Amino acid sequence: MGDQAEALLERVRAARAERRPLCPRGTGGKSHLGRPVDGEVLDTLGHSGVVHYDPSELVVTARAGTRVSELIATLAEQGQMLPFEPPLFGGDASVGGMVASGLAGPRRPWAGSVRDFVLGTRVITGEGRHLRFGGEVMKNVAGYDLSRLMAGSFGCLGLITEVSFKVLPRPRASRSLQLRLTGEQARERILNWRRRGLPVSAACHGGGLLRLRLEGNQGSVDAAVAEIGGEPLEDAHYWQKLRDQRLPFFDGAKPLWRLSLPPATPELDLPGTRLSDWGGAQRWLKSDADADTLRQLAASAGGSATRFSGEEPEDTPFHPLPAPLLRYHQTLKARLDPNRIFNPGRLYADL
Amino acid sequence: MHYDERLDGPLPEVDKAALLNRLRRDLPDLHVLHRREDLTPYECDGLSAYRTVPMLVALPDTLAQVQALMAIASEEGVPVVARGAGTGLSGGALPLEKGILLVMARFNRILEIDTEAGTARVQPGVRNLAISQAAAPYGLYYAPDPSSQIACSIGGNVAENAGGVHCLKYGLTVHNLLKLEIVTVDGECLTLGSDALDTPGFDLMALFTGSEGMLGIVTEITVKLLPTPPRAKVLLASFDSVENAGQAVADIIAAGVIPGGLEMMDNLALCAAEDFAHAGYPRDAAAILLCELDGVESDVDEDCQRVRAVMENAGATDIRQARDDAERQRFWAGRKAAFPAVGRISPDYYCMDGTIPKRELPKVLAGIEALSREYDLRVANVFHAGDGNMHPLILFDANDSDQLHRAEALGGRILELCVAVGGSITGEHGVGREKINQMCSQFDADEITCFHAVKAAFDPQRLLNPGKNIPTLNRCAEFGAMHIHRGELPFPELERF
Repeated sequence: MGDQAEALLERVRAARAERRPLCPRGTGGKSHLGRPVDGEVLDTLGHSGVVHYDPSELVVTARAGTRVSELIATLAEQGQMLPFEPPLFGGDASVGGMVASGLAGPRRPWAGSVRDFVLGTRVITGEGRHLRFGGEVMKNVAGYDLSRLMAGSFGCLGLITEVSFKVLPRPRASRSLQLRLTGEQARERILNWRRRGLPVSAACHGGGLLRLRLEGNQGSVDAAVAEIGGEPLEDAHYWQKLRDQRLPFFDGAKPLWRLSLPPATPELDLPGTRLSDWGGAQRWLKSDADADTLRQLAASAGGSATRFSGEEPEDTPFHPLPAPLLRYHQTLKARLDPNRIFNPGRLYADL
Repeated sequence: MHYDERLDGPLPEVDKAALLNRLRRDLPDLHVLHRREDLTPYECDGLSAYRTVPMLVALPDTLAQVQALMAIASEEGVPVVARGAGTGLSGGALPLEKGILLVMARFNRILEIDTEAGTARVQPGVRNLAISQAAAPYGLYYAPDPSSQIACSIGGNVAENAGGVHCLKYGLTVHNLLKLEIVTVDGECLTLGSDALDTPGFDLMALFTGSEGMLGIVTEITVKLLPTPPRAKVLLASFDSVENAGQAVADIIAAGVIPGGLEMMDNLALCAAEDFAHAGYPRDAAAILLCELDGVESDVDEDCQRVRAVMENAGATDIRQARDDAERQRFWAGRKAAFPAVGRISPDYYCMDGTIPKRELPKVLAGIEALSREYDLRVANVFHAGDGNMHPLILFDANDSDQLHRAEALGGRILELCVAVGGSITGEHGVGREKINQMCSQFDADEITCFHAVKAAFDPQRLLNPGKNIPTLNRCAEFGAMHIHRGELPFPELERF
């Protein structure tokens, strides 16, 4: 526990000198994502702890190895939260893994992404330097925004050692409902509620049911519940289970695909069983269909398809990039990590 | 602060006549300005203290022209500075004598408003406010509203990651974008982001936002639109000390309220604004807070009561709630007119843009007051209190060269003070040319070297807006603020320009 930045820096410098790949790792809950990397595991969990937290600034800074559950609890004591609801696969996550994966939970379309709440990072680069970008202030446009670039980079651009986040007050009121609706009906209702400013903070459709969460001040939540109708959502832990993929939907051997689609995309004829989160912008699919078919379907709707998990390894789990874009990914990686020590090949074979 | 090849790096020598001939031959339809009298109107942006007449001005109408122009510029090794509406306050669009100024003003069409997805697809020359106006019939708006929103272009907003008075609740430009179309330095098209909420690969859209035209040329932007809040109420609170006003800001946030806007003005600023806009501000207050709460009616009413109680506890001497929309507009009119209002009480003013952790406000204001006495120049303070973004306005007379120098020096000291308390030299105006030296106090040599590495990935010949945003290590060494690790500059083998 505590500040182990020097030790991490030494590990990176040694790996750099010997050109040995490193696989940064926190709790390992997301290690199944992406391509396997043949490298030495670099455990960040020892480098942990909340470095600074000032509730009236709405800013918290934590080391990469800090457990997300601990961070969430620290914030909750002050009535605050990480608005993007990070998933805790296998029960927990590390702050570094949370940022590196960029994954967000049910509140994402209404609150924003992990990247949206990153204010600053400390990063050990492929040159073996420990650098600081951004900071603990809401507005900061000095230099290039390398902090936000780290979100979702899967540890391929450097080792995240510390992150500052913007946090928000927890909503005063929260009510969850379920309504029996088809997918298309659910889509239309969600659009209508959005236009009218109803305080929806989660909407997931599957098996003919729309599950809905409303959050805000008491008055607006009560009014919305009265207007929308439906029944109270039975499972009090539904949203955490959805977030952490602990619903029965996620069981079973079939590969799990994640389709990221433009909001308001109509129902797609997807081959497999479906669960449509984020008001339709994130669709989970259990399917044996081949990757090209699913990617074509997603791309034609303006989105992408990523193979999230499955027993057989998949050579290209992330939706492939257009050639020019991949080339710029490669040049950026080569500039920031010239010895290819950080998770080479984790995102794409040639990256 | 003209480009200095000794400190900022050598620029390629270009034969203007030959380049003009090539552009005329290869791109006969491209509108190019080359005569001195046509070029002069483009010699500066909103930071008019710095002026450089560009070699050529290009005003493309089509994507193909932008691509071809960039391909030619790359081939001939000509620097290119992109410009939107030219309202930027940091000299980000300051031209180069040896460069082309690429003016994107003719890309001024709103291409599509998708009311279901809540997005607008627009060209970069579209004015910020025009997006909200076009979306208004559908009950939607584009949230970031820099004070120049009637004139500034969305392309420039992307380049600077522009803010405004509603950032605490609604975020900066980067939080309100979905997709960027880019032309690279050699004329290739790239799509960054997508219509979906996330995109595979690195978040290059976030990297490009705020990159000040140094990584690529933005040619199309998809922004998010939000439903217009049905209700907005404004409280105007007076305080007899800046400390009490600062405490009220912290307490409002601690009470779990996120105002749509939360602005502070000190006595000099609020009096100037009152004289100019007759907003109804109390001239005897040491500071005022404007707190706007927006959302659905019942939430706004609840929060108004909470904020009122918090302000009273923090020692507000008077709290007024705007009775109707007209009074609300009047309260805001004073704040929005603060800069021109200060312009009336002084021949010139210099607007700073530092950010600080809010808790440091009393200390920083005291520091600014001391500096103001030291440099014998008045400073009016306007503060986006909710997000810690300060705009000290230094009052001076540019015709007095000594005052101009003192104003610049005072400004630099204020920014260094912001960095010293854990803040930043720029919250929303960008580094541009203006704050290029102060970058050396916010970042050390390793960090600046890393920025150059990012630049090199997209623009290895450094043709896009050279001399802005990221200083050379040479400049930092000369400026004297470079953080030197273990007594030596990193990478001694690298060329320092």
